[in-house]
Amino acid sequence: MCGIAGILNFREQAADRQLVEDMIDAVRHRGPDARGIYRDRNVALGHARLSIIDLAGGQQPMQNADHSLCITFNGEIFNYVELRHELVQKGYRFSTQSDTEVILHLYEEYGEDCVRFMNGQWALAIWNANQQQLFLSRDRLGIRPLFYTRTDDAFLFGSEIKSLLACPDVRRGIDLDALDEIFTFWFALPPRTIFDGISALPPAHSMRVKGGEIDVWRYWALEFPTYTSSDSQNVACEDEWAEQLLDLLTDATRIRLRSDVPVGAYLSGGLDSSVVTALAKQVSNTHLKTFSVAFEDREFDESSYQREVTRFLGTEHQEIRCTYDDLARIFPEVIKHTETPILRTAPAPLFMLSKLVHSNGYKVVLTGEGSDEMLGGYDIFKEAKIRRFLATQPDSQIRPLLLKKLYPYLQNLQAQSGAYLKEFFRVSVDDTVSPFFSHLPRWGLTSKLKLFFSDAVKAELESRNGYKDLESRLPVDFSQWDQFCQAQYLEAMYLLPNYILSSQGDRVAMAHSVEVRLPFLDYRVAEFAARIPSRLKMKVLNEKYILKRCARALIPPSVARRPKQPYRAPDGKAFFAGQPFDYVEELLSADSIQRGGIFNPLAVQKLCEKFKTGRAIGIKDNMALVGILSTQLVLHHFVYNSVRTPLYAFN
Amino acid sequence: MLSIEQELRTFIIDNFLFGDKNGFANSDSFLEKGIIDSTGMLELVTFVQQRHGITIEDEELIPDNLDSIERLSTFIQRKLAIAA
Repeated sequence: MCGIAGILNFREQAADRQLVEDMIDAVRHRGPDARGIYRDRNVALGHARLSIIDLAGGQQPMQNADHSLCITFNGEIFNYVELRHELVQKGYRFSTQSDTEVILHLYEEYGEDCVRFMNGQWALAIWNANQQQLFLSRDRLGIRPLFYTRTDDAFLFGSEIKSLLACPDVRRGIDLDALDEIFTFWFALPPRTIFDGISALPPAHSMRVKGGEIDVWRYWALEFPTYTSSDSQNVACEDEWAEQLLDLLTDATRIRLRSDVPVGAYLSGGLDSSVVTALAKQVSNTHLKTFSVAFEDREFDESSYQREVTRFLGTEHQEIRCTYDDLARIFPEVIKHTETPILRTAPAPLFMLSKLVHSNGYKVVLTGEGSDEMLGGYDIFKEAKIRRFLATQPDSQIRPLLLKKLYPYLQNLQAQSGAYLKEFFRVSVDDTVSPFFSHLPRWGLTSKLKLFFSDAVKAELESRNGYKDLESRLPVDFSQWDQFCQAQYLEAMYLLPNYILSSQGDRVAMAHSVEVRLPFLDYRVAEFAARIPSRLKMKVLNEKYILKRCARALIPPSVARRPKQPYRAPDGKAFFAGQPFDYVEELLSADSIQRGGIFNPLAVQKLCEKFKTGRAIGIKDNMALVGILSTQLVLHHFVYNSVRTPLYAFN
Repeated sequence: MLSIEQELRTFIIDNFLFGDKNGFANSDSFLEKGIIDSTGMLELVTFVQQRHGITIEDEELIPDNLDSIERLSTFIQRKLAIAA
């Protein structure tokens, strides 16, 4: 796992080596083991290496034998052993044991289609000197990040936005459309980012830059069966589905243990990470080290389950305890890595966890991420089912009580009367025909946060409709999928890459040079899971039913049986629990808010008062506080200041 | 001294609208306007109980009693009258 960056000048002007060095230095946390720069006339590629495979021979950027190609690559190609074998059969010669060299030869053999053969997680750029073109690509599900921009004279790319901002010609401004999307969907719709003029290459996309022209195309899509397709009529029995899923997951885990350094695992205490850890233990049959976050606040803590899993599987375990104070203290640093406003503090404890992993000398961990999206674990899927059920009998007094069963951990919801539950979850006729039915409550609630926008921003965004933009991107046969699959698609294709895998995934792990590997996001698992009938993913209201079925013998029965508890962390309360942090006071002050121009100072002041007096208890207030504070931090870190300012400028 | 309606209005504007009172009338439905969610309900009920020293029973937690400033004010006055 590494950091990459590069420049391609559109004219014959020589590429600035110092600039590429600066761009790479901005992401040295991603790869502290080595730094490499390649320059050839108007192109320069940079690489910061975290050595994991072929420690001695895998230096980058790497050139092919005749020096016509040069690659800079962040990621892992887990099937590189098999691909290498096939390429050797075809007559290719290898001078290293690395997966990087496999990509180079794969590109020589298949050109830009090479990525279709790769099973892994990547962001890469290959300079083709003969064609004078740059080829870039990003993995199917968006595990590794890749950003780009262009100035009048050049194309620039990097693993993180801070690499691009190292170039003085790149302007630093906020994209208000992206802001609107973050305060609706929780993320900006790619290629948009929070920074005006800076784009993200979307997952499963490749691009070519040649002579000032940029072409971007999709090379893979996650497809669900339509009502009439043979897959939806598939009557394979539960046992067969479970058996095949387990076989695939086992293989996905096996190839993710390929590494020349030890591989550890994250444990949340839930089903997914327990399954991955159990499979890793089974496949490798060696000593395994596991890591987890425990919370001081018992509302969020799952450490008793974590310990149960480690006892059951016999792993060597380490945990880090997260307090309110920790969370507030590290938050500015976390936003420096997420490079976007966020609405929950959930990435912060994971930032602490990767630090624990790093301090134990580990560079690679397996995680259970992706299972909820692919196999139907999220409450939003269950909630959509219940809302559809309510819609068929809107006057029922009993049906709304199902919602209490759905959210046993939400105390505020538990305290509601049936009459109010019915009103809060009332479904309109328009809602039932919306392609976004499952997500309307979440997006509707989040959109309420726009109340805090300044008058100028409200006026600017008045005619904007993010839903229409998203609707225009849906697959042509989306309406032919069952509603469960539609909801899965929205989570898997949008929230997963643009928030879960980035702000909660790559960015906070790589902050401490830790690579995450995700067996549930092996594309073979994803494609297979999409074909599993929805009734087996969630049997009535039993989430991830098919996974539980195939995991029976692998994990403690209590963990298999426990109701799903989503990973959450204390939000706004953390910032007002003890002595106020200077940076919080400063960034939320009327002057700072006025200077940023994004939020209304009076509204922010009233929100802060609500927190200070302990009256802010709801999801909306918490999301507002975290969203406003993180936006102010983005302005502070990236717009007002150079990326090299001290990390704790306000403390 | 503020009337019950004025007091409720200040509370709603400060805590749920964060100062943005534009176009908000005392007859507006909290539910229809999306002003109050499940947490907001608890905040509102807690405020009313503490401020007026009354207890709102579970069966009284219905939109007819609580869903606008006018309705809530009428409900509070009725409760206070009974208590007196």
